[in-house]
Amino acid sequence: MSTTVTELDKVKTGRWNGGRSPFNVEYGKIMMWFFLTSDAFTFSAFLIYYGSQRFAHMTWPDPDKLFQSIPFIADTGFPLVFVGIMTFILIMSSVTMVLAVEAGHRNAKKEVVGWMIATIIGGLMFVGCQALEWTHLHHAGFWWGSIPFQEGVSPEVTLAPYFTKEISEVSALQFANLFFTITGFHGFHVSIGILLNIIILGMTLANTFERRGSYLMVEKVGLYWHFVDLVWVFVFTFFYLV
Amino acid sequence: MASQHHDHTVGHEEGQHHEGMTKGKIWRVFFYLLALTALEFFIALVLVHGGIVQKGIGVNVVYIALTLLKAYYIVAYFMHLKFETFGFIMSVAVVFLFILYFIALMLTEGGYLNTHYHSFPSWANP
Repeated sequence: MSTTVTELDKVKTGRWNGGRSPFNVEYGKIMMWFFLTSDAFTFSAFLIYYGSQRFAHMTWPDPDKLFQSIPFIADTGFPLVFVGIMTFILIMSSVTMVLAVEAGHRNAKKEVVGWMIATIIGGLMFVGCQALEWTHLHHAGFWWGSIPFQEGVSPEVTLAPYFTKEISEVSALQFANLFFTITGFHGFHVSIGILLNIIILGMTLANTFERRGSYLMVEKVGLYWHFVDLVWVFVFTFFYLV
Repeated sequence: MASQHHDHTVGHEEGQHHEGMTKGKIWRVFFYLLALTALEFFIALVLVHGGIVQKGIGVNVVYIALTLLKAYYIVAYFMHLKFETFGFIMSVAVVFLFILYFIALMLTEGGYLNTHYHSFPSWANP
């Protein structure tokens, strides 16, 4: 009997050789990631359809002309300023969320509570801004299936303020449908995120995570919240810039 | 014995791989995101609106590149994906190859409709 161990008999210690978790991520967190991947597919489908519509039309409403109001301050003349504020609010609330997660790692309950409240306020501000933006477009005459219309006036005249190139009813209608559907779906996600954040805040205040010994739930909801921010980055580019 | 004992603790220790995002790093990523957004606004409001650069494919490519860079910072640092294992990163990220293919398909389709199917009425802008 030889005492040397052959290559085959050696105990393998690699990540995928069993006896340990190869991904080394907690189950709920993996599932949150996979949910977010599938959700990213849904948003991708929406945005890709929007892209194909842009490619299919000679002309499209000009975002610089559509979005140039700042609610309560100015009705026209400030393209992209208000959406800039919205983007800043959402990025800011993403940062406060990471800071809540970071505080959770140190089991600092007070800091988690503070940052979670900041995140919720940021989310509410964003949804509020979105509501103002929708109201403005709605007053202009845009809605699902409808575009600005005046009795007895050619659409060419009614729609002229929104176009830089040729004027098209079909483009304007496609824009209205897609804008409200996609930003609506995103706003719905933000609203759900706010709800989840409030639940997590309540659980933190009730010492649930303190007793559990880990603030992992803050991390999971944080993933969702960052995803919402991530989607906005794309919505912002494709609706407001391009 | 010793190695067995070690194996037991490894899972526990690695289960809390939280290193990577300190407060300083978080704020640094925030300023990157803010700078990238500010750059986008600079292009949109000063360069394009001021008439220095024409709207078109060139500007759009820059916008999309900046967007993807922002997306990278959010996913890698805020969502902490950069600090996960290689296997996990792949299992989340590789499927987006299908999305790239879908983009290519649908934009080609849209372009085809535009050039071969002139059925959408439009008026010249005064």
